[in-house]
Amino acid sequence: MTVSDPPSPAPDWPLAIYQALKAADVRQLCYVPDAGHSRLIRLAHDDPAIATTVLTTEEEGVALSAGAWLGGQRAVLLMQSSGVGNCVNMLSLLSSCRFPFLSFVTMRGEWAEFNPWQVAMGKATQAAFEIMGVTVFRLERPEDAGEMAAAAARLAYDSDQPIAVLIAQRMIGAKKWTESR
Amino acid sequence: MDAALDRRAAVNALLRDRGELLVVSGLGSSSYDVFAAGDHPANFYLWGAMGGAAMIGLGLALAQPSRPVAVITGDGEQLMGLGSLATIAAKKPKNLAIIVLDNAHFGETGMQQSHSGLGANLELIATGAGFPSVSTIADQAALDAFRPKLHDLAGPHFARVGISTEHVDRALPARDGVYLKTRFRRHLGYPVS
Repeated sequence: MTVSDPPSPAPDWPLAIYQALKAADVRQLCYVPDAGHSRLIRLAHDDPAIATTVLTTEEEGVALSAGAWLGGQRAVLLMQSSGVGNCVNMLSLLSSCRFPFLSFVTMRGEWAEFNPWQVAMGKATQAAFEIMGVTVFRLERPEDAGEMAAAAARLAYDSDQPIAVLIAQRMIGAKKWTESR
Repeated sequence: MDAALDRRAAVNALLRDRGELLVVSGLGSSSYDVFAAGDHPANFYLWGAMGGAAMIGLGLALAQPSRPVAVITGDGEQLMGLGSLATIAAKKPKNLAIIVLDNAHFGETGMQQSHSGLGANLELIATGAGFPSVSTIADQAALDAFRPKLHDLAGPHFARVGISTEHVDRALPARDGVYLKTRFRRHLGYPVS
């Protein structure tokens, strides 16, 4: 490499997660949308081998994931941190039946947050998962995305564990509130 | 006023000659009704996760598109997951039917009136959510007319069954969720890991 080379682009972490989910044979992806998940959602929509389901509220995705597993398929739930509190009672389904569960959660309210209403749930996100027995990974660096997604999928589907991967707000980039031209 | 069917007789009739049908039953009396109609490895009885029965049915229906799936639940359980009706209608799985046993009350918790007893019209809600097939079942003839739809793979279907509040004895299925899950998956041919 010479000094005149352009800087290497940031790793395409949504693609790395998508590829790990494909390698794990995930066949259903459900979501409450978030800007940080938009590329991964688009990748799933473009893949005829993945059934995508848009939810009205996050706990629907916990139940859908359980149903998919009953039917022999692996599902994944995408949401943002504000939705994790909505899931608390439904998460009891996972421990009651030892269902595998895998969720990727984009964080709000923890890094350069503009909206104070996001902070309370952002601070409680990890604890809300953990009080219900969900194991939490934190993804801080885009270059770790593929390996962490693969490890989380293995732990979820091969060891019947509920796993949430929290994607740091610092990594995604804080939401822009002023239009730049 | 709707005629009120006996809930056990209604569920019995729906599950007669069930064939390939996979069944998810909602928390409370619906699980007892499905169990009383005959225990089966293709029954998944919920003892919790209130509001989640229809969504478990959706995940299952998407995973098993060649098998008909019926969710049999109560008015209170479905009212807690009204958004899931919009989610299912948006996805339109042809092999899924949502059957709501509606006695207009919260039967497990002291017979308080539910929203369906206070004016909410579940058929209109399902229609508004986008269900292409919505049925009202108030008598035996309507029950008999609906039953083939459980197997026709031309859904998603929504049906509200008007049932009596009359007391029926509890019939308690197994409560061990791991057992119920494993039994169900084995029925579909998935080995225990």
